[in-house]
Amino acid sequence: MFGAPVQRREDPRLVTGSGRYLDDLGQGALAAAFVRSPYAHARILDIDVTAAIEVPGVIAIYTHEDLDGKTGARLPLLIPHPSMTNPMTSYCLTREVVKHVGEAVVMVVATDRYVAEDACERIKVDYEQLPVVVGLEASRAAELLVHAEAPGNVSAHMVQEVGDAAAAIAAAPHRLSLSLQIERSASMPMEGKGVYARWDSDEQSIRMYTSTQTSTGVRAAVAAKLGMPLIKVECIAPDVGGGFGVKIVHPWPEEVLIPWAARRLDAEVKWVEDRREHFISSAHERAQVQDVEVGFDDTGRVLGLSVKFWHDNGAYTPYGIIVPIITSTQLLGPYKPGAYRCEFFSMYTNTVMVTPYRGAGRPQGVYAMERTMDSIADYLGLDRTDVRSANFIQVADMPYDHGLLFQDGRPLIYDSGDFPASLAMLKALVGWDDFAAYRAQAELEGRKVGLGIGCYVEGTGVGPYEGGHIQIETTGRVNVSTGLTSQGQGHQTVFAQIVADELGVSMDDVFVTTGDTRRFAYAVGTFASRAAVMSGNAIALAARNVREKALRIAGDALEVDPRDLEIVDGIVRVKGDPESSMALATVAVLSNPLRYAFDESAKAATQFVGIGSADPSKPPVAEGEEPGLEGKDYYSPPRATFANGMHAAIVETDPETAEITILRYCVVHDCGRMINPMIVEGQVHGGVAQGVGGALYERMVYDDAGQLLNASFMDFLMPYASEVPHIETDHLETPSPLNPLGIKGAGEAGCIPVSAVIASAIEDAEGFPITSMPISPDELWDLRRQHAKGLLSGLRRGTRSTGTTTQSSAQTNPSNQTNPSNQTNPID
Amino acid sequence: MSEMTQSHLTESHLTESHLTESHLTEREMAESEMTERGSTRTEAEPLLEIVMRVNGVMHTAAAPARRLLSDFLRHDLRLTGTHVGCEHGVCGACTVLVDGTPMRSCLMFAVTAQDHEITTVEGLATLDGTGAPTMSPVQQAFIECHGLQCGFCTPGFLTTITAYLRENPEPTETEAREAISGNLCRCTGYQNIVKSVLRAAEITTERGAPS
Repeated sequence: MFGAPVQRREDPRLVTGSGRYLDDLGQGALAAAFVRSPYAHARILDIDVTAAIEVPGVIAIYTHEDLDGKTGARLPLLIPHPSMTNPMTSYCLTREVVKHVGEAVVMVVATDRYVAEDACERIKVDYEQLPVVVGLEASRAAELLVHAEAPGNVSAHMVQEVGDAAAAIAAAPHRLSLSLQIERSASMPMEGKGVYARWDSDEQSIRMYTSTQTSTGVRAAVAAKLGMPLIKVECIAPDVGGGFGVKIVHPWPEEVLIPWAARRLDAEVKWVEDRREHFISSAHERAQVQDVEVGFDDTGRVLGLSVKFWHDNGAYTPYGIIVPIITSTQLLGPYKPGAYRCEFFSMYTNTVMVTPYRGAGRPQGVYAMERTMDSIADYLGLDRTDVRSANFIQVADMPYDHGLLFQDGRPLIYDSGDFPASLAMLKALVGWDDFAAYRAQAELEGRKVGLGIGCYVEGTGVGPYEGGHIQIETTGRVNVSTGLTSQGQGHQTVFAQIVADELGVSMDDVFVTTGDTRRFAYAVGTFASRAAVMSGNAIALAARNVREKALRIAGDALEVDPRDLEIVDGIVRVKGDPESSMALATVAVLSNPLRYAFDESAKAATQFVGIGSADPSKPPVAEGEEPGLEGKDYYSPPRATFANGMHAAIVETDPETAEITILRYCVVHDCGRMINPMIVEGQVHGGVAQGVGGALYERMVYDDAGQLLNASFMDFLMPYASEVPHIETDHLETPSPLNPLGIKGAGEAGCIPVSAVIASAIEDAEGFPITSMPISPDELWDLRRQHAKGLLSGLRRGTRSTGTTTQSSAQTNPSNQTNPSNQTNPID
Repeated sequence: MSEMTQSHLTESHLTESHLTESHLTEREMAESEMTERGSTRTEAEPLLEIVMRVNGVMHTAAAPARRLLSDFLRHDLRLTGTHVGCEHGVCGACTVLVDGTPMRSCLMFAVTAQDHEITTVEGLATLDGTGAPTMSPVQQAFIECHGLQCGFCTPGFLTTITAYLRENPEPTETEAREAISGNLCRCTGYQNIVKSVLRAAEITTERGAPS
């Protein structure tokens, strides 16, 4: 089954309305709603709930004062890092000062959500408004502070350097500098967050369901916050309507407050996030300002690269600095940079916090690197793919050690990949060498077209570990469980494919459970394109253990050497003698010596059945064995495995309206061995669509007061089918040497290079540099106007005239973003 | 927050003013309070008896006038297949068929759907002679073409496409893409949904053709 485009096991349920998402559960539970801050920075002077108490159906109203024990303390800093000079997390309910619009201030619990919202409307909160910091420019100016505890609005400052980048750049034959900018977007799953908790007063335990990417993480955090033994907290991720990163953050305030209220009220309580809440109180990503300096030779080979960037982390940093660390390391892509220095500042603003969104800092890094590659090619008058080829890490260089520390605290070492082969495939797929003729023809028709390219490498399958458990019932049913969660990746299908192959059973007999701490308590979560790599391998190893045990038991029963046995279609049989066999179901019976027979098959395992044949001197359960045909194993890799890909796009820009249309979008993708190519393709399609959204449509528009002006699907432009191009794909499979199945992650890949690719294509169509993404038709139109007026210099297209373009080094300050003519500057 | 003198809890407020029995839970106290208040106050919302035919079955349930059709279907009739993605009519996840026409159930009040025939995702599959469900062509096509990932937006696409194909049984790829351009999906990139529309048309033809 491995490698086959098997139809999904999940689908019959999901297409008939039989899915069970968070809000489908707990019908009849009490409903929670929140009063959230309307101001980006304000001190709470008074909260008056009098009028709300009068609303029929209101059960309880809570403010920060009511939060007892650790629930009143700040939420945890999930991923501490030595570079975090001033980490800051929020409270479950605001204590004294709100730091962004949307922070929860009061929680109302009522008989239903309508009533709870009625009550919220009647609660009066008096605020003293405080000065607001919005945008990186204001944050860096630091005239005002988001947190008094964080001078300069800096949460973290980090430098990594390999070699002497400044010296390498200074000594290089050619040098360029770029100032780049990229905006905020967000994961924006179709299902928002949601939490439903039941308190069992008899057992003094909590069972909670949450729309999360990590049920084990939530469980541990809630147990800690509520002061409960871990064993008394169960956490289940039901069907989850998309995650894309935002649901890996935990515990969200609501994930603590809902079980807390359930316990306090001895009731079932549920909260389901509405869309506006998701916009203003969950998380965003992407915004960075980047300064790049690069030194290179005549072939375009990079000799030294220095990148300095400022990362907008919003008001809080519970997820640490994972996003900028990934930017700073994955920026390197498939290239050898020569000497490399990367410095970043993670900056506070009075806006929704920034945590990983699909790609998690990579789209920004790839954008910086690929804009740089295009600039080098333009400067030298070389083909853009030739410059990339000149910098590629070669197959012979693998494993390639960048000498940097990756996001998992492990060395950044690429395990495999064949970048020249990938590029050749991409050029063939898009018709790279024929484009000049195509463009010439289009020009004759009065059309403007451009070709863009972007390459990336993605560290996937980061540790520390995942596990898998497999149990075969006496009916032959194979139960598989793993602790990480699913949000639409088809885990029930791909893990069943792996088990079917490893065990020799039909996929129809395999039943996979994910994200349920009752079934598997040790796990990390689903993020960083890690589920297939981590749980896939753990489950394969577990299946191998179970298979070995089954062969041992069957060998004993059939009186043959287990090495002479095979399992085919759920039957253990002697190789070459299919008559000598027994069903796995029977092996499961024999694996568990019984005193009591509960059905016909169980009789075979009871104590008087084996008389005469069994050796009475041996214990029924042999030494070193355990009852039951089951097994468990874990996969813990030494470091991440690195997938890669290359995209190319042809865009057309309307000569009059500057409307941007993607005519073709081509993807070459290498995620090692594919378990299910149909699902991998689906992941790539979805990723590209999100990338297109981030490149052309999506942005979070904050005004100076910190109000998010487009907090609805009406105003935040997520692409519909009419905006997403048909995606052409091709796959290269360079297996990972790091794991037993040779696989690499595929979840995030599609979206990573899209902004870079589209910028590259628009630049190619227009003839002037594109340095700020996303880009809308009106922005492009404005750039054209500036270009026409001579305020924005055009591409050089290799027409290098030495000595005429020397710029002062002062333009490395990105504050002159406002002057587009300075955005790409030769400094030789 | 010493200045927040008004920030009493409802629950503690109720405890102080009405009930002192320590063995009662806070919820019991609260409910007791509500019952008492309900008999003396007139603010409680009046409920309307709403009669609606959904997926061929008559349903009756009491709900306030402001109850959205989406919430009524999901929480009063417990037909949770209809999903709510934005509550402002943009995403289309909540699309149901009202007398065969796709409508956003989050933009309709349940009372206004009275006397109309509603079809939700639960009503798309048909039961064969033995009572086993047979997937509709659109459902079958989504499974074959990997037209869904997380499945949250899917019910809205299925109902929309079902209605579309009734009027346009043989769409081109461009028409298929246009037909689904009013619904948001964050997972699939739409390509396999377009494919599903075309495949659903094929399946309909196959099933309709004499074997």
